[in-house]
Amino acid sequence: MKEYDIIVIGCGPAGSGAAKTAAERGLNVLVVEKRAEIGAPKRCGEGLSRSSLKRMGIEFDRKWVRREIIGASVYAPNGKMLRVDYKEGPEGWVIERKVFDKYLAEKAAEAGAKILAKTEATEVKRTENGITVVLESQGSKWKAKSPLIIAADGVESKIARALGLNTTLSLTDVASSVQFEMTAIDIDPDRIELYFGNEVAPSGYAWIFPKGEKTANVGIGVRKPWAKKSALLYLQDFIQSKPGLKKGSILEVNSGGVPVGGLLENMVADNLIVVGDAAHQVNPIHGGGISEGFIGGKLAAEIASQAFEERDFSSAFLEKYNKLWWEERGKALLKLLKLREVVERLSDEELNWLAEYLKGEDLIDLARSKGLKRLAKILMKKPKLIKLAKKLL
Amino acid sequence: MIEVDRKKCLRCGGCVSVCPATALTLTEHGITVNDNCNNCGICVNFCPVEALKRGEK
Ligand SMILES: Cc1cc2nc3c(=O)[nH]c(=O)nc-3n(C[C@H](O)[C@H](O)[C@H](O)COP(=O)(O)OP(=O)(O)OC[C@H]3O[C@@H](n4cnc5c(N)ncnc54)[C@H](O)[C@@H]3O)c2cc1C
Ligand code: SF4
Ligand code: SF4
Repeated sequence: MKEYDIIVIGCGPAGSGAAKTAAERGLNVLVVEKRAEIGAPKRCGEGLSRSSLKRMGIEFDRKWVRREIIGASVYAPNGKMLRVDYKEGPEGWVIERKVFDKYLAEKAAEAGAKILAKTEATEVKRTENGITVVLESQGSKWKAKSPLIIAADGVESKIARALGLNTTLSLTDVASSVQFEMTAIDIDPDRIELYFGNEVAPSGYAWIFPKGEKTANVGIGVRKPWAKKSALLYLQDFIQSKPGLKKGSILEVNSGGVPVGGLLENMVADNLIVVGDAAHQVNPIHGGGISEGFIGGKLAAEIASQAFEERDFSSAFLEKYNKLWWEERGKALLKLLKLREVVERLSDEELNWLAEYLKGEDLIDLARSKGLKRLAKILMKKPKLIKLAKKLL
Repeated sequence: MIEVDRKKCLRCGGCVSVCPATALTLTEHGITVNDNCNNCGICVNFCPVEALKRGEK
């Protein structure tokens, strides 16, 4: 049986983040990915902000950029548009996930990690001195072992659950999402567009993320029980309502679950750290999880490296990860979750009313969990909303 | 048991995340359901493209 310091299961951004950092710390790392091609098919709108990339500590590279984004157009239910302009230069990019995920995996491999695509972890078993993983690839089956596993297996999160850590998402915490990559459509190619409202996308939003002059990811995420029909039907209705989209062609169809709630207090067990979507490390406002996953993975590798110094892989030691992650990311994400929980309780009329008081800059602040007090002040103008507004303070 | 409509399923794995019985698995041939399924219907409610259906029993 092959032995490694760490076996990382899943090679999305979270797996690559963990593997790269662990290998840089001198650990012997194996990454297994069940898909035949890393990053494909995508389950992603492919939006990545400049600030997120910076937090990841990854160098910019033109090869994964499809379109530079200079701002956003945010639509209230009545169609009123709030224009968001970023003064500090381009806000970010719409990327090609397939290229980007491989780029991250390359960085992990450069650092010394061994990556195997089309290799699935089909069984995990805790033994006295670590975890044994059964691996299957191209009809062959073998075992590998390590004192520590990093589960980066995405939203499915079967590895954690097989090892006794319950990561099952409650239906209200996961956005049911569908997306068409469309072409020959009329769009603003330099801005992302976001549409809010209980008719368009209950407890979620519809998005247009440009990948070219006439090409974009057009998608929608909704949550049950607020959504009364499937995400696909909402998306079809959205596209039908926009002549500039309706006439277009469809290049790719994606779906997915985005864990926009259910932040976990505990993401470790004996010999195990869970990262990325598998640990619900996603921005609860916009559902972005590329950078959150990568950073969650990186932080896990830092704790892993300490665990190797101490030769202690017990949950009692690994709990340091919970502390570190909550300090670095959890606190900020929890604030955003609270903000979302307030905004999504507003009716369409109330959202339209609120849009009259807000400017683009306010939205930038809010997305960075700033200006919550100002929002609370506005909401308090309506006696009915006072109780709700207090949740922001 | 849950029935999967393979013609509709996009193999996104979202349903796996909400199944309280861990009865679902995403394989390269699509979603499979094991005997742990208690027909609760949560996954049916989640699926973005209506590819899941409650079975007879
Ligand atoms: C419709 C949609 C739109 C989105 N839009 C955006 C966006 O615009 N911007 C953004 O930042 N985020 C977006 N997200 C979220 C983002 O895609 C995820 O948060 C991100 O991919 C999480 O990274 P991860 O590494 O945790 O998981 P993943 O990227 O899902 O990677 C997990 C990997 O583990 C593999 N795996 C699973 N089980 C096993 C096993 N047993 N053995 C081996 N391999 C296994 C899977 O095949 C997969 O490749 C979107 C999500 C959806 C569904
Ligand atoms: S949620 Fe629906 S589309 Fe996605 S894997 Fe499950 S059955 Fe298939
Ligand atoms: S019906 Fe319930 S138990 Fe059965 S697969 Fe769906 S979510 Fe799991």
